[in-house]
Order: sequence, then C-alpha cells, then structure tokens
Amino acid sequence: MSFDVPDDRRYLESHEWALETDGVVRVGISDFAQDELGDVVFVELPDEGDDLAREAEFGVVESIKAVSDLYAPVGGDVVAVNDDLFDAPELVNEDPFGDGWMLEIEPADPDDLEALLTADEYEEQIA
Amino acid sequence: MPLQTPPLRGLHDERGAKFTEFGGWDMPVEFDSIRTEHAAVRDAVGIFDVSHMGQLHVTGPDATELMQRLTSNDVSRLAVGDSQYATITDEDGVIIDDTVVYRLPDGDGNASDDADGDPTYLFVPNAGTDEATHQRWIDYRNEWDLEATVDNRTDEYAMFAVQGPDAVELVDGVTEESVADLERFEARYATIDGVDCWTARTGYTGEDGFELIVPWTAAEEIWTALDCQPCGLGARDTLRIEAGLLLAGQDFDPDDDPRTPYEAGIGFTVALETEFVGRDALAEIHERGVEERLVGFRLIDRGVPRHGYDVTNPEGRVVGTVTSGTMSPTLEQPIGLGYVPVEYAEPGTTLQVVVHGRSKKARVETTPFIDTV
Repeated sequence: MSFDVPDDRRYLESHEWALETDGVVRVGISDFAQDELGDVVFVELPDEGDDLAREAEFGVVESIKAVSDLYAPVGGDVVAVNDDLFDAPELVNEDPFGDGWMLEIEPADPDDLEALLTADEYEEQIA
Repeated sequence: MPLQTPPLRGLHDERGAKFTEFGGWDMPVEFDSIRTEHAAVRDAVGIFDVSHMGQLHVTGPDATELMQRLTSNDVSRLAVGDSQYATITDEDGVIIDDTVVYRLPDGDGNASDDADGDPTYLFVPNAGTDEATHQRWIDYRNEWDLEATVDNRTDEYAMFAVQGPDAVELVDGVTEESVADLERFEARYATIDGVDCWTARTGYTGEDGFELIVPWTAAEEIWTALDCQPCGLGARDTLRIEAGLLLAGQDFDPDDDPRTPYEAGIGFTVALETEFVGRDALAEIHERGVEERLVGFRLIDRGVPRHGYDVTNPEGRVVGTVTSGTMSPTLEQPIGLGYVPVEYAEPGTTLQVVVHGRSKKARVETTPFIDTV
C-alpha cells in the first residue's frame, strides 16, 4: 500500500507534518498515520495562545480502536486551531494534508523546521 | 511463541485486512474500516472469522455430569440442537471464562446416524484458553472418576459468525437444508457445498444471525459461499459493547479483575439448583448481594472512555474502573462498561470518567445501549 507524502512539507518521526506559509507553520498528521489509526472519532487540541515547546505533546487523536499522542514539530505560540475537527474528526481520515489540519504555530525558532525529516526521509521511514 | 493463524490468514491478507494479536492468534482486526464493517452488521449483514475461539468436544456416558459440574448453567435442560450461555467458575465463584455449550446430535458429533446413545457436547471457550480448559476438564474427570472423552478440536474447526438483519436470508440461501426456522440458541448441521456445518442461531453482536463451526479444511469454500462484508475484531468489539456484552480478559479477568457472574450482570447463567465448581460460593453471594456491579455509561462531555480509566463520583473520589469503552459508531456517542459500587449503579446516576487526566461527566445507562434481538 502506498501513501501520499507531499514534498512541500516536513515530517516528524511520530507522523506529524509541518507546512510553513508566511512564517506560520500548519500542523497535521500524515496519510500513513490516519490509515494506521483507522476511523478517527476524537481530537483534543490546545487552545489558541498556548505556548508549545518543540516536540512537546500538544494533544491526542483517537480512532475507534486506538489513542495516539500528538507532538509539536516546532516550538512557539498556537495562533490557530482547527475547530472543524471537534464536530467532524473524520476530516483527519478524509483529507489529512488539507482540511484535516490541526493547528498553526508561530515558530519561536524558524530553524526548528530544518531539523525535521524531508518527504524522502519520511517516505523511507514508513516504507 | 509463534502466533496461531486462522485457516484463512492468507485469504484475509490478500483482501487487505490488518491483523492483530488476540489470545495468541493472529487475527484480522479490520478489513475496510471499523465504521463500514460495524454499519454493515447493524444495517445488513457481515461475516467474522472467529476461528480463534476454542472448540472442545465432550462425550461418553458421564458427559452430561462432567459438563454440569464444570459450567454454571443447567446442561440437563439442553435437548439435542439446543445451546446455552454459561460461565466456567473457580471455587470462589470467580469467572474463569464464558462459553456457549451446544448439545450435538448423539454419537461422535459429526453426524446423527451413527449414534451410540451417549450425549455429546461442544463448547466454545475464548481464544487462547482452549488448552487450559481442556486440561481442566481432563483433571476433574479423572478426579471424579467420570467416564467421558474430552477432545480439543480447536485446530480442526474454523468458526464464522454471520450477523445482521439480512443474515438469516443469506445463510438460509446457501445451506441445502433450511435453517431459517431455527430459534435463538438452536442449532443443527446444515450442508454447504456438501460440507456439514454446525449452524447455530447465536452470535455476539446484538444482531440476529448464525455462528457456523466448519471443518478447517473446508473453511475457504464456506467463507466464500457466505459472500458479504468481511468484518474484523475491531467491529466485533464496538458491536458487542453497544450490545452490553462482555469481553473475556477485559470485562472480567480471573487474574487482574476477578468477578463473579452476579457482579458481571450475567447471573442468568448461574443455575444454583445444580452442583458445579463455585456453586456454593455463588449461592452465598446471591444471598448476600454484590457490592459492585458492571454498568453501562455514556460520556456527556467530549472524550472516549477506554479500558483502565478511572471512574470517579462527582466529588472526584475514584469509585471504579472502565473495563471497555469506545465511540459508538451507531450512536456516535462515547459509551463504556465498568464496575462501580451498587450505590452508583442506578441508570441516571452521574459519574465521571478520567480521560487523559481530565474528569469527563458520564451518566449510567441501561444496557444494551441499542435495541438488539
């Protein structure tokens, strides 16, 4: 089975992705991760304004069968949270790289991004 | 130890199933998605490979007495083709396992025309317990000096559950003899493609349907003949929680969470008028009453209850534990089962479940959570 791994973003070994646009980093989980979890039924996310450390736990994604912690690819302030997921957690399954995004962080240190896996490296990890 | 594999492991793999270890077996947990499979069973029909369930045969002049003394229900009530849900308890009345006991046609259990007059029983212990249960039966038979043969045939038989509102039509359309007239907990041999299949109107999803015990060697042709949505253990778990049914090792566990049938809400499996291991202890508990009971609950706040989470009273004192929980695919609400002191067991009682360190409001509900057969 092959999974989408868009090369416009970076990845954590724990399957979160990070996409930087105009200095803000959007975060979600990969196609591989949503497939492993199965039907996502619940997402717990931080509040806007929370300060996250790099690789700190920022929430939980739960499928019918499993619970998985979420980790911040970069440190910084949470500037947006995807409220749609509270009513429609299945968006994580349906569109993990798009509408299933989870939060946006204004990175304290832009170099954090450089420490993450490239798409090629991540693809190798899940192969 | 290598995992045991069901006969159709390869076929399920080709179909794209994901697998999980369960009771020492490598079993399909999900074919398409739990939600899809769950909905198929509630709305139409689905088939589960439950070949990890044990199959033990007991026959001989004292077969009835041996079964009577090792299971909690009244085996003497079973006519040929009947079955009953029962527990296997220890001396203290603690549930070691739950099981279904079938009375097969007389004789060797494979056909009805070579009867030697001895009663024959088949019972189905849970995954991974067949060897210990087999040994238990042998040990007690020897201790009590009973004349009975006990065979562990787990590796000789596959088991499929066909469940859902359309299950009867599907199975009846495939068997050469009609099985639509079977009542709940009735069974008979029916032929599919020339193969004798023990076909029982039983199941563990809260839906109507059949469980078929079929020769391992004919598993593929029977599975293929029963063409419908394949379902894994993931959907089986969400379905049985909605139906308020227990899972061995989770809702009772003789080692980690010893419970009696009365605490577990299955006191109807206990026939105190019969003599069986654990009977005296259970009679005393029945007289005295239980201190804790298994209840169903629904989470009012957002979150998903899971096995092992604390249950607290509204003041925050831990009063119980979640034994099973899920997001109900049918109700789209978080539901669970757990043991609480009887003073908190009334439907409508407000409790809390601690989810990821946060207290979430819950309400005790009557089970099953959904209307079942």
